[in-house]
Amino acid sequence: MEDRYELRFSGSGGQGMILAGIIMAEAASIFDTKIAAQSQSYGPESRGGASKAEVIISNEPIDYPKATAIDCMLALTQEACTKYHSDIKKGGILLVDSDEVKDVPQGDFKVYRFPITETARAALGKTIVANILALGMITGLTGIVTASAMEEAVLSRVPKAFQDMNRKALQIGFEKARELVARS
Amino acid sequence: MAARKAKKLMQGNESCFEGAIYAGCRFYAGYPITPSTEIAEGLSRRLPQIGGKFIQMEDEIASIAAVVGASLAGLKSMTATSGPGFSLKQEGLGYACMAEVPCVIVNVMRGGPSTGYPTGPSQSDVMQAKWGTHGDHPVVALTPAYVQEIFSETVRAFNIAEKYRTPVIILYDEIVGHMREPIIIPEPGELEVIDREKPTCPPEDYLPYDRRLEVPPLAAFGEGYRFHVTGLNHKDDGFPTNDSKTIEEGVKRLIRKIDNNRESIWKNDGYYLDDAEVVVFAYGSTARSARRSVRMAREKGIKAGLFRPLTIWPFPDKALKEAVKKARGVIVPEMNLGQIVLEVERNCPGMAVTGIHRVDGEPINPKQILDAIEKYR
Repeated sequence: MEDRYELRFSGSGGQGMILAGIIMAEAASIFDTKIAAQSQSYGPESRGGASKAEVIISNEPIDYPKATAIDCMLALTQEACTKYHSDIKKGGILLVDSDEVKDVPQGDFKVYRFPITETARAALGKTIVANILALGMITGLTGIVTASAMEEAVLSRVPKAFQDMNRKALQIGFEKARELVARS
Repeated sequence: MAARKAKKLMQGNESCFEGAIYAGCRFYAGYPITPSTEIAEGLSRRLPQIGGKFIQMEDEIASIAAVVGASLAGLKSMTATSGPGFSLKQEGLGYACMAEVPCVIVNVMRGGPSTGYPTGPSQSDVMQAKWGTHGDHPVVALTPAYVQEIFSETVRAFNIAEKYRTPVIILYDEIVGHMREPIIIPEPGELEVIDREKPTCPPEDYLPYDRRLEVPPLAAFGEGYRFHVTGLNHKDDGFPTNDSKTIEEGVKRLIRKIDNNRESIWKNDGYYLDDAEVVVFAYGSTARSARRSVRMAREKGIKAGLFRPLTIWPFPDKALKEAVKKARGVIVPEMNLGQIVLEVERNCPGMAVTGIHRVDGEPINPKQILDAIEKYR
């Protein structure tokens, strides 16, 4: 039986959404035992504009590599959230950065709100790890990859000098996901 | 315990340049263009590591010219581009056909005409691949759809180019080029790698365009064989000719060397074709979408099947005719306004052929194709 799981990471160009997608795909297909396909869509600009990356995770070879019925979506900006939320499936998950996304779409899906970018800045002094923090949260909220596979995937992608910071960002993400789930 | 081969998450364009290196490519000249740039970027790093040469040229015309030159000097050579760059390369591509110079040209298609839509997927260069350069000429074009397949098809492209002394085009779209999938790089020797045949005769007897042979051997410049290369119709020794018989025989041999070997150049993939009453003919990322549609249709009890060409030129007429034997109709989704659908119609006379077309920079999704399939319920 096919077990297809669809994720979409969205935000503004330069926020590391494509890297988040790559890391999720590696966590699933290299460090876990599943199959993954990652694709992306972005405008001609290298910063700004709505940007998205998609990851399909399955237990069998993946045919269509794009998301059509999303199990879990991340939105770091209002523009991306408004533009890309319509494919979230019934019972799916939407995680938004609550400082950025004020107009939260309503639908048959579960919404989690959290100040992702601000938490990264306050805890680690860098907004650049917001994508890693979000990956930690998504891992916690969905359980689609194991925490250890996610950690290995993150560490294999970042230079040695930044491993501690990224490991911390990931841990904060895991914790915050637990808190959000406990609260809801 | 045997070491497990390393699985890597790799982008389609990365798989392409790694495949090229595996095939023995040691020269790349190009001018970067989205969505093919990662191929140039990767080879600029990889080729110098293995004694190869990378040149970023002033434009696409110079790039294909450099590739032809390097190949004549004996190196397996390639270039990569996209839509507008592919237009610029047409003259050099025709020259390579005429002068019978093995080379590989990757076109990661993007929307057009002109500079069009750089970051969106498209399949609108399929007919350009066949007829973009003028004159009667042989064309081989391959259409991989999976990251692992881009690797093996790039190797196959070099093999065909070397074996038949002809340019080979690799044609895929932005989705396949930019997406990442886990792949396993084959060990050396696992995939066949073909090198061009070189002359063994004394240099003074060498005829680089010997009409008695299907594919004459090709000497490398600098190895003692002096010969003339031109885009003009030529005699067996390579010098231009006005003799009508020689002209006709030369052009016909160009066509014949591919035509006679179609069986070995063709490659197709089928999914649920055996009892298919409706056949979807699709290539590249659209074929992945179609595969999903076929699967959904089968779950609904509709006898749908997928015909997926990996060689789009020469057109797989024989296999297609076989695949549609029990079919009532053929559906052809493609990200253009109707190109290969014409070729399908031509080869399925009397059958209902429906095109699904899209040029808004978005992929054709499985639902769109399923809707067309459901009409055959």
